[in-house]
Amino acid sequence: MELTKEEIQKVAENARLHLTDEEVEKYTKTTNEMINHVQKLLELNTDDVEPTTHGNTVKDVLRNDIPKRWEDRDQIFKNAPDHEDNQFKVPALID
Amino acid sequence: MSLSNYTIKQVEEMLKKGEISAQELVDLSYKQIEKVDGEIGAFLSLNEEKARGQAKQLDEEKAYKGKLSGIPGAMKDNIATKGMATTCASKMLENFDPLYDATVVEKTGEAEAIMIGKVNLDEFAMGSSTETSAYKKTKNPWNTDYVPGGSSGGSAASVAAGEVMFSIGTDTGGSIRQPAAFCGVVGMKPTYGLVSRHGVVAMAPSLDQAGPITRTVEDNARVLEVIAGYDQRDMTSVKKDVPAYSENLTQDIKGMKIAVPKEFLSDGVDAEVKEAVENALQMFELLGASWETVSLPHIKYSDAAYYAIAYSESASSLARYDGVRFGHRASEFSDVIDMYKRSRSEGFGDEVKRRLLIGTAFLSGDMNEQIFRKAQKVRTLIKRDFQAAFEKFDLIIGPTTATPPFKLGEAIEDPLQLQTSDMLAVPANLAGLPALSLPCGFTESGLPIGLQIIGNHFDEQKIYNAAYAYEQATNHHKKRPVIGGAEV
Repeated sequence: MELTKEEIQKVAENARLHLTDEEVEKYTKTTNEMINHVQKLLELNTDDVEPTTHGNTVKDVLRNDIPKRWEDRDQIFKNAPDHEDNQFKVPALID
Repeated sequence: MSLSNYTIKQVEEMLKKGEISAQELVDLSYKQIEKVDGEIGAFLSLNEEKARGQAKQLDEEKAYKGKLSGIPGAMKDNIATKGMATTCASKMLENFDPLYDATVVEKTGEAEAIMIGKVNLDEFAMGSSTETSAYKKTKNPWNTDYVPGGSSGGSAASVAAGEVMFSIGTDTGGSIRQPAAFCGVVGMKPTYGLVSRHGVVAMAPSLDQAGPITRTVEDNARVLEVIAGYDQRDMTSVKKDVPAYSENLTQDIKGMKIAVPKEFLSDGVDAEVKEAVENALQMFELLGASWETVSLPHIKYSDAAYYAIAYSESASSLARYDGVRFGHRASEFSDVIDMYKRSRSEGFGDEVKRRLLIGTAFLSGDMNEQIFRKAQKVRTLIKRDFQAAFEKFDLIIGPTTATPPFKLGEAIEDPLQLQTSDMLAVPANLAGLPALSLPCGFTESGLPIGLQIIGNHFDEQKIYNAAYAYEQATNHHKKRPVIGGAEV
């Protein structure tokens, strides 16, 4: 199940990370080490086992949405790298 | 006077009798920070002006009615504090100023605790030595050549160094208990859902839980009863009354049944650690409890299940850092995708990138079913092992860590010791169980050793009682580290 350097590039693309050639080399190694490490999970038969997907089994947590006004809009933008006219500013998405 | 010489309860009595003021307590805290933190490096930022103002107000009102009234505390820097930087020890959030307080911050504030500052951690809580912090290295107060553990290394060190009386940490795979063990203090990871995660920056949401680090068991119980409780802003929060753990404490543990998994005392455990734990078991016998060796057959898969689940969930949790609404944004990029990539690559450190790549790989293509989904099924098997044990036993006991603290720059290299360390740390998170670490001795070179007590869901009281009985019957908690030639 090992990944090639090209596959790691693809994974990095999905993780939205830009890797240098050196990093590709390094992370290909560390990712494959971990893939090998977790292979021991495959020793176990889990055919009839339900997965545990949460930390507990709390249910029925849905409630009605109660809209509340956020009074201080400037606060929201103070952490934004770039904003204009009460909107977050990003580079052009389409030409 | 030193903050290390008193319990929270003692301070409460002194405040009420007028023997000390909240302002003096806060002063002791900042003076100790000034004295030792240059060497220890626990704090990332201080809240001095506000803290002194709050203390002054408490002294003017003279009521001291909160359960933590006037008590100096610290927050791990992945816990949101309004108006105060919350960096997660990452360049990504260097200037991040949250819009709201985490529930644990609100609750300690309502109990009149004084927030002294924010403490160091591994970047985004990813690590076990606090060395992956983008800002500074924290040192172990018992010997500054050694790590304080992690990821809540700043939290544990700040308490051990007598800078604060409690510190809130977070634990995804041992991150409260392991640093508590390494720093010779008491750390509790509560039952999943007992303490609200609202405002606690997510690492692996199905495993993350916040909890207290303190010098004594009684202090720990007191802080937990303040921060626990239902919160509708966390949908995994459990609706349940919170017992007054500290008031219910008892040293009477006669008839208590303890299970000791043989996997927890395997060859991967250091000889000095093993001896300290075996001595502790003898003490429990003297106190009227009985213990038996058991086997948790799936526990040896817990490290693999943890890596698969924790790294995958982290990859998803950290997708939000895209340089749009908050966090670091690269200054040069060609288009919006390139902006995301460059911002994230510049903002995240090496360990975070390593885990994000592994987690993203585990969620992609065939590996999603073969590794991630498989790990979730193995998690069920591990949970069942614990359920079976708790049908017959009250508590499970073992070491907190496989080794004593290691030196800065020297991670555990031996694969068996590394695997055993993981196997001791992560099962409580996978099964959502409460688990506490408390001091159970020292190595020949004077480094602390931690004893781990794991309970069934919501059995925090039972854990605290056993820990309290043991603590009161031993002297480990009375020993103090020496920093800069002076005892803390």
